[in-house]
Amino acid sequence: MRAKTRKVLFIYSLVVFAFLYIPIIVLIVFSFNDSKLGTVWTGFTFDWYIKLFSNSHIHAALLNSLFVAMITTILSTIFGTLAALALYRYTFVGKRSIDFLFLIPVIIPDIVIAVALLAIYGLLNINLGLLTVIPGHVVWGISFVMLVVLARLSGLDRSLEEAAKDLGANEWQTFWRVTFPLIFPGILAGALLTFTLSLDEFEVAFFTAGPGSSTLPVLVYSMVRLGVSPEINALSTILILVVIIAIIIWGVFINKTKDNRGSLND
Amino acid sequence: MIRTIRSAYTMLSPSLIWLLFFLIIPVGFIAVISFTTNLGFGGILYKFSTDAYRLAFSTLYAKVIWQSIVWAALGTFLCIVIAYPFAYFIANAGKWKNMLLLLVMVPFWTNFLILIYAWIILLNSQGLINSLLIKIGIIAEPLTMLYSPYAVIIGIVYGFLPFMILPIYASLEQMDRSYLEAAEDLGATPFRAFLKITLPLSAPGIFAGSLITFVPALSVFVITDLLTGGKLLMVGNIIRDAFVVEMNWQLGSALSLLLTILVLISIYLFIKFTSSKDRNLLL
Repeated sequence: MRAKTRKVLFIYSLVVFAFLYIPIIVLIVFSFNDSKLGTVWTGFTFDWYIKLFSNSHIHAALLNSLFVAMITTILSTIFGTLAALALYRYTFVGKRSIDFLFLIPVIIPDIVIAVALLAIYGLLNINLGLLTVIPGHVVWGISFVMLVVLARLSGLDRSLEEAAKDLGANEWQTFWRVTFPLIFPGILAGALLTFTLSLDEFEVAFFTAGPGSSTLPVLVYSMVRLGVSPEINALSTILILVVIIAIIIWGVFINKTKDNRGSLND
Repeated sequence: MIRTIRSAYTMLSPSLIWLLFFLIIPVGFIAVISFTTNLGFGGILYKFSTDAYRLAFSTLYAKVIWQSIVWAALGTFLCIVIAYPFAYFIANAGKWKNMLLLLVMVPFWTNFLILIYAWIILLNSQGLINSLLIKIGIIAEPLTMLYSPYAVIIGIVYGFLPFMILPIYASLEQMDRSYLEAAEDLGATPFRAFLKITLPLSAPGIFAGSLITFVPALSVFVITDLLTGGKLLMVGNIIRDAFVVEMNWQLGSALSLLLTILVLISIYLFIKFTSSKDRNLLL
């Protein structure tokens, strides 16, 4: 790249970073604002955080979200990994349509899954609760884990498995001693991805959670609809902080395992 | 051979059964509902009817659907234009690459509702942008920026920009640099090399990014809900209201089915025109 092009791109990228970050920074700054109106700075306070920590609705919603995310992650990781291994290892009739099937949840709008589940729960007279959120989350959890693990498997050196077999290991031993340790970072990445997406998911939870079993995003939505309040800013700040910490840990993890392709975003 | 097919299906069966029961059958069920007769208040009479589709394409709804297609398309286009040079810069940033990428991850992973909420603070009539403009003296009265199509477009661009940056970045990153060197050796100008090599090779990234921006942008209802107070509508709002407020399940199902068909066509085209390693661009 020419030096001049590079300079223009550099300045341009600074502007884009500003666009991405200014709203987030303003949000965080105003979580410490003394005024309830939230648009004029009147002084520094921690009050909104204190208020937040004593809000029992938020505690309940957070626990609901964690519960859903945990079950979703466990099921998706097991199912998705098994599917990836099958698709990697075997050629069989119908493989292309199965490939296609696994891409649907990635792209299909959440709202379609949400209303379709709502309709089927209605048909079967199933009462909405917290458990009714999980099927929808697992649908795309399976796909995400499958794609991440499959990406990891495709980068695998097959001769390692062959070597193990030549040395007399049976299929089971080959899998646990060779394949599994090699794809483990992929499984972990898929599990983390699913956990975070489930925690963050709004639309399926909005439609399929029963009254009184709101997850955190659903609660945030109901708060945000009422307008700007510093308490939401405080809650948002904490959630953004969690994201930042997770990303820093992730960054350190990537730097430690440099060859770690097939990670969260490639 | 038979044994391997059996073990392949054994390993696939938990996923396939789950997807069958919680994706295919439910979506199939709303496909059926969309052709039934509406009894009002969410009542379903299993008698064939195309009323829902006629309603969806009646002037009342067709206008909203068309409008939201235009907004989503415009938002997606702006995302491509903004994201491409940015992703290009990051992909060529050498040792800073990982650091810059992590900076993109923060808005990427931040809850969508929070990202949109942040713009209420900025665009509000007593909000930051208005106060700033008044202070500098550019305007005397606050502008109404919320409740307008501009707010919707800003919401789409801001909310989905990271989803466009990451696939474009990934496709640029996995590009084989030796093509560019060859082009240079053969006397191509950098601009020509970019047009003839870099751009076509990063097309799958643009395609993937557009796919995960356009369809969700069309169907998301929180942007219009929060930034226009529900005054302006996207397809997502109509579906939500059809199921929750008006209890016209047929209409909501019909629109959901149309979205699903759009998704299936997009996936088909994506698989057809990209290689299998490009699948990961969708993550």
